Amino acid sequence: MDSITIVAMTSIICAALTTAIGCMFPALSEGKAVATALTSLAQQPDASATITRTLFVGLAMIESTAIYCFVVSMILIFANPFWNHFIAQAVGK
Amino acid sequence: MHLSPDEVVFWQYGIFKLNATIVYTWGLIVLLALGSKLITRRLSQDHNRSRWQNFLEIIVTSIVTQIKDVGIANPRTSLGFLGTLFLFVAAASLCTIIPGYEPPTGSLSTTAALALCVFVAIPMFGIEEQGLRGYLKTYIEPTIIMLPFNIISEVSRTLALAVRLFGNMMSGAMIVGILLSITPFIFPVVMTLLGLLTGMVQAYIFSILAAVYIAAATQTTERKQLNERTIHG
Repeated sequence: MDSITIVAMTSIICAALTTAIGCMFPALSEGKAVATALTSLAQQPDASATITRTLFVGLAMIESTAIYCFVVSMILIFANPFWNHFIAQAVGK
Repeated sequence: MHLSPDEVVFWQYGIFKLNATIVYTWGLIVLLALGSKLITRRLSQDHNRSRWQNFLEIIVTSIVTQIKDVGIANPRTSLGFLGTLFLFVAAASLCTIIPGYEPPTGSLSTTAALALCVFVAIPMFGIEEQGLRGYLKTYIEPTIIMLPFNIISEVSRTLALAVRLFGNMMSGAMIVGILLSITPFIFPVVMTLLGLLTGMVQAYIFSILAAVYIAAATQTTERKQLNERTIHG
């Protein structure tokens, strides 16, 4: 196996794992946050504006971790610096 | 497939590039500025008012209400900044219904610029509200041990703002691109619809987070006085 194959294989496996794990846990915590918000909405419908706004901001905070993982895996697939390095070396030879 | 609209170059002369991000950003600026100029040219104060004036009034008053709900004491001072942020990000994602258009917020340069604006605006509003000493004091609260963590959080939340908006916008375009090659019939339309919703939510969240940060920087003295009043009185 030459280095280009190793880089390609590692990048693809890592990208898949990054998105898989990085979606799993934010999804769990978002579900928890929404469930808690719904419970408190049912208890205090008057405070719905505050609860909804806080819920949205909190969801954005949680979701951004998933987005970071997505960005990392997109970089690994489409704009991989190591891959580009070895391709440039192979072209230069 | 390309990762960001930076890679679509319309015109190039030497190192000067005119890419899709710059063109669409300026297009949006012209659209927003000309639109509001045209609408506010003939404002009426009686009940006989135009449709567009109602539209603009609804937007502005709801932004003011949202800013006030976050806890900024006088929302009119930061209305220009926060409202422009919201309108720009919202218009950038709303215009994706135009064919051939790509949201400039799908490029990390645009979102980094917006986040840097917020990064600069927070101390400006803070110093304006409570003076240089008062603002710098918020860094060593509650104790001086928190100083490095406060500085780190200042930088990291700017980074988070930029990457969050970029990731959401980029992922929308990317998913539509991938789906077009797998199931090109119905699903891209559904995902585009979902992208519109995500864009609106992201615009809301970007401006609300900026408002929360500004509120945290401007509010401290008043809250302290209020606490003292409740303790002593």
